[in-house]
Amino acid sequence: MASSAGAVGAAALLLVAVPIGAVALRAGGLSLSPADGAALRFTLLQAALSASVSVALAVPVARALARRRFAGRRALITLMGAPFLLPVIVAVMGLLALFGRSGVVNAVLTALGLPALSIYGLQGVVLAHVFLNLPLATRMILQGWQAIPAERFRLGAALGFSPREVARHLELPMLREVLPGALATVFALCLTSFAVALILGGGPWATTLELAIYQAVRFDFDLGHAAGLALVQALVGGSAALAAWAAARAAGFGAGLDRTLPMAGPGGWHRGADAAALTVAAVFLLAPMAAVLLRGLPGLAEMPGAVWPALVRSVAVALASVVVTMAAALVLAQAVARGGPRWLDLAAALPLATSGLVLGTGLFLLVQPFAPPMRLALPVTVAVNAALSLPFAYRLILPDARALEADYGRLAASLSLTGAARLRLVTLPRLRRPLGFAAGLAAALSMGDLGVIALFAGEAEATLPLVIQRLQGAYRTEAAAGASVLLVAAALALFAAFDRWGRHAEA
Amino acid sequence: MLRLDGLDLRQDDFRLTADWQAEPGARIALIGPSGAGKSTLLSAIAGFFPPVSGRVLWNGADLAPLPPGERPLTILFQDQNLFPHLTVAQNLGLGLRPDLRLSGDQRAAVDAVLLRVGLVGMGDRKPAQLSGGQAGRAALARALLRARPLLLLDEPFAALGPALKAEMLDLLDEVATDTGATVLMVTHDPQDARRFADRTVLVADGVAYPPTPTAALFAAPPPALQAYLGV
Amino acid sequence: MHRISSVPGHPPQLEEAMKALTLAAGISCVALALSSGAATAETPVLTVLTYDSFISEWGPGPAVEKAFEASCGCDLRFVAAGDGAALLARLQLEGVASETDVVLGLDTGLTAAAAATGLFAPHGQPAATALPVAYDDPLFLPYDWGWFAFVYDKARLPAPPTSFADLAASGVKIVIQDPRSSTPGLGLLLWVKAAHGDKAGEVWAGLADNIVTVTPGWSEAYGLFLEGEADMVLSYTTSPAYHRLAEGDDSKDWAPFAEGHYLQVEVSAKLAATDQPALADAFLAFTQSAEFQALIPETNWMYPAGDVPLPEGFETARPATSLLMTADEAAAARSAALAEWQAALAQ
Repeated sequence: MASSAGAVGAAALLLVAVPIGAVALRAGGLSLSPADGAALRFTLLQAALSASVSVALAVPVARALARRRFAGRRALITLMGAPFLLPVIVAVMGLLALFGRSGVVNAVLTALGLPALSIYGLQGVVLAHVFLNLPLATRMILQGWQAIPAERFRLGAALGFSPREVARHLELPMLREVLPGALATVFALCLTSFAVALILGGGPWATTLELAIYQAVRFDFDLGHAAGLALVQALVGGSAALAAWAAARAAGFGAGLDRTLPMAGPGGWHRGADAAALTVAAVFLLAPMAAVLLRGLPGLAEMPGAVWPALVRSVAVALASVVVTMAAALVLAQAVARGGPRWLDLAAALPLATSGLVLGTGLFLLVQPFAPPMRLALPVTVAVNAALSLPFAYRLILPDARALEADYGRLAASLSLTGAARLRLVTLPRLRRPLGFAAGLAAALSMGDLGVIALFAGEAEATLPLVIQRLQGAYRTEAAAGASVLLVAAALALFAAFDRWGRHAEA
Repeated sequence: MLRLDGLDLRQDDFRLTADWQAEPGARIALIGPSGAGKSTLLSAIAGFFPPVSGRVLWNGADLAPLPPGERPLTILFQDQNLFPHLTVAQNLGLGLRPDLRLSGDQRAAVDAVLLRVGLVGMGDRKPAQLSGGQAGRAALARALLRARPLLLLDEPFAALGPALKAEMLDLLDEVATDTGATVLMVTHDPQDARRFADRTVLVADGVAYPPTPTAALFAAPPPALQAYLGV
Repeated sequence: MHRISSVPGHPPQLEEAMKALTLAAGISCVALALSSGAATAETPVLTVLTYDSFISEWGPGPAVEKAFEASCGCDLRFVAAGDGAALLARLQLEGVASETDVVLGLDTGLTAAAAATGLFAPHGQPAATALPVAYDDPLFLPYDWGWFAFVYDKARLPAPPTSFADLAASGVKIVIQDPRSSTPGLGLLLWVKAAHGDKAGEVWAGLADNIVTVTPGWSEAYGLFLEGEADMVLSYTTSPAYHRLAEGDDSKDWAPFAEGHYLQVEVSAKLAATDQPALADAFLAFTQSAEFQALIPETNWMYPAGDVPLPEGFETARPATSLLMTADEAAAARSAALAEWQAALAQ
């Protein structure tokens, strides 16, 4: 186990480092330019703001979901995850339908004689990043809540804890463990933001590192510069991951007996506050989704035949990515949970902040001497998608893997439960909830990803996001909107299937 | 025969030494103040806590190279002796085959043991549906199935009421007699020691003293035991 | 005694899920292997690198492939590399090891940089005849062209601006593309530079408050415009023709600017390292044929570079003046113009 974890960790590190190295090698070195300072500053600013706001808003939403039971709760949890799965450009269009210059909000403001709001600028970038990442942050924190054994809440109730005391003794220790990871994850995701920052940033002042990389590769063909920027980006993301790991403190709740206790949340104004948090979040997350749906439905009839084979390809790539991601994440999380070397933690986090373009370019350079890149388009896409999903999967599995090891590691060892039997009888059933969720995320992320395939694909390898981009590039806006609905539906279906399987564990 | 040969356990400023042996079939209680290292000693014997120096020997063979599950022993923890997501029967089956691919005979053995410990009809239940006493029986039933020559108990019945605990100790007695096992049982209750163990190990002041006859020990307790008993 | 036999080794749903996952992984691998299928190399293969929209089923690609393969006795294979801006980077990445024989879709803003790579061989074809300016380059052969223009909705904007100055003075909102990541964005940069020279920086400063936002590529900008986020979008004079002819929608038009309109000329070129030089020459000649050229207007929505009749309703008006920097001028102006643009819009 330890050696396989080392191999997986090394593979993840190499998958990040070797392509950057290949790009740098081709260029004969690394370089940075004076303008990169401004790009780095803006990148850090928007990523820090986006991460803080996303996580701050996610806490009340996750708490409301954790302590309230109502009809449609599960469906709401699944649906609220959807924005994270949207291809960026589709998400931006959905947001614009609400907050754009001719969006619903401004129409209402104008009708009321109030000044219009502009979504363009830093506020728009943060808004879009919150829209895209609030679902992930909420789910990460909700997992934390659900990981507190029901027995502890029962104990709190028995001791007559007020909501404030429940927060202090149970919820805050949990948050101290969960929040750094959630913050670092969203931060690193926003670090690599490109299209959102540019479209909603409103101008060249909103230049991110990823855009600078894009320019270096596409326009200046300055690969040394691209590799230098990619390295900076990866280092910043890696530092965030390291900081999170240092800040996260294990809450140490110990094991429960999987009891399901009717956990009545506090009444009074708390009930109202929970209802308000859920309503606001649901409207914020679902209204743009509805706009995407409404806009795309008429386009469904206009979709060219090419979308169907592309859909099949996308689903196949997604499933293959899921298998690779989950295997790697599980091996790493278990190794770290058992006190494995801490560099594995970094190996699992690093791909998060890696430039997709540089990764693709590096792989292209690496692959080309051996085979036409086109022929390897889909396998390379699977590898890159798996690498990019690994940090999420790892982060989601780790807390439960730690708890499992702490609570049942000795029992399993004393019974000689090892290898396949342990995986089948203990690990998979006990980690089912985060595994299902992480697998769903990995599948959906892979479905929506455009990064690498665009660099490799020929005629015959197009995935659905690539077909959508091609439709958009050829005035076929309607058909593109229709195909986007298809993509979102397929991604959500895959996500929901895995997530449902995982949540079957939850009574 | 279990022999602790110059065993030296350390963690931060905690230290415990032990140098004694237990006769085959002996029933030994470990008693002593909280934090003295009773559980740590069991952990070391079971293979969860590597000693700084010294050896744990079984019939003359050093157990150090063996992982916990392959040591000639069964350990019952204070809690978490059953996997909550598996049924009682599955939890028991793990004692026979960790991959649960049980033969017909093995399944019959599980059923027989359930009958033996009074859990007939509860094989399909999950641990959360069991009472504390029933969970203790299930854990003992698995020890019975495993039939290892050494049985370590880390106060698994501490939470049970006097009558239930007495019942458990009787069951333990049967299990130990059945399997001929040497038993090491951590307890904080002198009654348990008197009732079940012919020998007692006092764990205090960084030392696990050699086993002495229980009756004699309590009749003339050394100062450390006096302090613990509050007499 | 049989209760225990009904107890499986682990929860049945889990087993099913694991089987399903294994099956899915297997199917995925087979599907991937099939779709990455091996090449059959009996007939010579001509590999043409181009942008995405060229090879899509609604682009010129399928018809071009069919027509050329009917006569060449070869297998024409298109490889797509994102948008036009990505082509040159892709070729530089591939270097001489490239399988590409012909590249189709470079733009005049990039030809100087392309020529400097030394990757291309002379095409040997006569100059294209239907361009509004003289263009004769030994390496790069035009196959279509168009004028950049701001496109608007006639109902929403009854009196569009008539020059950059007019636009800057108006409250009209525009959406443009980033010159660092897209060819239209670069085209606009060169347009302002060609029309206003040293005053380009001032023009950009004047336009700053008109610009709603800057997008990474053409499709995002055009999408924002169609969603009503801006009154005008930087596109082509031929964009309204798409809506008119393909969608029967006559609501869009382009705004003639007094300065004239910058040209985008799309060119193809032969790779010096091609292993199919004769086929590559044949294909380049084919791009100049009436058969190829007639496909261009209604599939690529650009003007054909050869003398073929335009479809009915394709064109309503032409700009009075065409602007185009030479490749060397464009290359020389680019970084300074980019710096001006960034400085003017950096607030």
